[in-house]
Amino acid sequence: MDFDLTQDQQEIKTVARELLAARSPWAKVREAADAREYGDALWGELAELGWPGIAVAEEHGGQGLGAVELAVLLEELGYACAATPFLSTAVAASLIQACGSDEQRSRHLPALASGEATAGVGTRELCADAAGAAVLVLLDGDEAELVEGFEAEALDVIDSTRRYARVSGGSAEPLGPGAADRVRAAVAAEVVGISQQALDMTLAYVKDRKQFGVPVGSFQAVAHRCAQMLLDTESARSTAYFAAWAADAAPERLPEAAALAGAAAADGGRDVTASAIQAHGGIGFTWEADVHWLYKRAQLDTALLGGARRHRAALCRIAAERVGVTA
Amino acid sequence: MDLTFSDSETAFRDELRGWFAANPPGEEPTEEDANYAWRRDFQRRLAADGLAAVHWPQEYGGRGATLTESAIFWEELGRSGAPLPANVLGVLLAGPTIMTWGTPEQKERHLAPILSADEIWCQGFSEPDAGSDLAALKTRAVREGDEWVVTGQKVWTSGAQHSKWCMLVARTDTDAAKHKGLTYFLMDMEQDGVEVVPLRQITGEPEFNELFIDGARIPDAHVLGGEGNGWKVALTTLMNERAGLGFMLQVRLRQQLDELMAEAAGRGLLDDPVVADKLGDLQLRTETLRLTAYRGLTAIQKYGTPGPEGSLLKWMWSDTNQQLAQLAADLLGPAALEAGTPAAYELLRTRGNSIEGGTTEVLKNIIAERVLGLPKAR
Repeated sequence: MDFDLTQDQQEIKTVARELLAARSPWAKVREAADAREYGDALWGELAELGWPGIAVAEEHGGQGLGAVELAVLLEELGYACAATPFLSTAVAASLIQACGSDEQRSRHLPALASGEATAGVGTRELCADAAGAAVLVLLDGDEAELVEGFEAEALDVIDSTRRYARVSGGSAEPLGPGAADRVRAAVAAEVVGISQQALDMTLAYVKDRKQFGVPVGSFQAVAHRCAQMLLDTESARSTAYFAAWAADAAPERLPEAAALAGAAAADGGRDVTASAIQAHGGIGFTWEADVHWLYKRAQLDTALLGGARRHRAALCRIAAERVGVTA
Repeated sequence: MDLTFSDSETAFRDELRGWFAANPPGEEPTEEDANYAWRRDFQRRLAADGLAAVHWPQEYGGRGATLTESAIFWEELGRSGAPLPANVLGVLLAGPTIMTWGTPEQKERHLAPILSADEIWCQGFSEPDAGSDLAALKTRAVREGDEWVVTGQKVWTSGAQHSKWCMLVARTDTDAAKHKGLTYFLMDMEQDGVEVVPLRQITGEPEFNELFIDGARIPDAHVLGGEGNGWKVALTTLMNERAGLGFMLQVRLRQQLDELMAEAAGRGLLDDPVVADKLGDLQLRTETLRLTAYRGLTAIQKYGTPGPEGSLLKWMWSDTNQQLAQLAADLLGPAALEAGTPAAYELLRTRGNSIEGGTTEVLKNIIAERVLGLPKAR
């Protein structure tokens, strides 16, 4: 039993944290959000590092690592709230690698792994990074399919750090089992990073901000809110990494693990980022404070996860099967 | 990252499963003394096969189990329906504290009877005016020759009526700062100066006691860790408080939730989306607790100190256990309110979960200060 990142995974995390702090500070996130466009520089750098192909086999131009390494990167991209098509591209590539056919792999993976092409992930109603994507992974309940030749109609949603679209048409091919669960595990990993960032910003603020002559973080009502944020963040982390681990190492446990991760992240991310706004007080309600980007991203990620309720329903169903009763 | 047990951990688990299968605990007696005897006998069976304290070093009669193996032991004990061993406080708290701070004579004298449940231990920490603020305790110990004379009152001492020994923290220097004037004693309960009075709790049963100490005598040789060092020694006890046992509680939680699932299914309630949602939420909480507990174990084994997740477990468990009891009451209807039924008992007993061993409010303060680095709360 070793529920911790390996040294190599820890190094990936550190490199990602440092690189993104330098290349994607809030000023860049704001710039991209205002322009409603990703900057080419950041994406180019991520592609240079081979990150879009982190979970793609070396024969297809990837790094040959797995879902846990992907989760580590997603967490850090979430932590930076970075404006890139990384989530959709890297997740789609990992899915094609893990759940696609040989033909699908050789058709899509080299371009996705190198970052020359991007992909979209979501549903027909709400798909991240569909515009300009070479291929989409679209979820319909527990099924996932690979879609090409579609039309994408841009959606103007509250999260302007990422591009979203409604999708129509296209030709679809099914993906193998576990694909939808892998998407949810991946989105949950991003939510862990978003939550951690919201917590860290809040801690820094409440230690610094003084009212009644003392830091507001010394008030129990504020401190206990922060403790709850930690609980929600760590709960999301425990379940997201369980799901990432299960995706490669214990696929038979992936349905339950993904439902756990989805349920924890869908509610936890929204609660933690909402708490961040509240704990920042008036300043938290301003555009300048930046915590709103996290709140908005968490809302959209919850939508990509399909909401917490469907995952809790799945957990009840899975437990009923285990106990030997039927729902 | 590997969330499976290693070969040796699996072998240990299988050995334990075999042992528990071969040693069924039998029906739990309801009468108090019989229940105690049942728990003591079960511990003796464990001790006879070297399983009473697997986390203790081999030289003291343990198995030198790793933290993961110790967690496996408590999970399997919970899974088998075996009782909490009669001397659980001796095994989990007194023993490890004596191993850390005791003289060779103290270790020689006390550790073996703890394992065999020949001498039961209780914990004399909390007082009526010193609960969350433990260092405010007022029980006095005054030196008289080579003895200490103790006067004061302790509360929430579970198992005191069966105990031969008490882990007692008392004030030996009233002039020193609050945390400094304390000393940790190993107090013999079998003397005139110690009176045990059952404390009836909201379930109606006396699981805990009050301890009235009036002129009790403790030889100087029974000071643990030195005069004036009581706070540090007490912290060793408190650090051990949540280890291991949490894994049993977590398994019990899982079992109760499974029972409720079956009960709800039997009543056709799983088709109700609101019920299914609440049960799904409890599944989430229960499984998250287990996963987070294993993250905590890994952190301690790899880095020597628990990570931020370790401090959350007791809070997560008590919250979940209370919500489970509430949901059971909702699903079972008035039948859950009939005195003496398991559901009614849980409805009452779980209220203590967020108070005993550190209130949730104090745990949040500790998390805020020590994990999140926030200024001392007010």
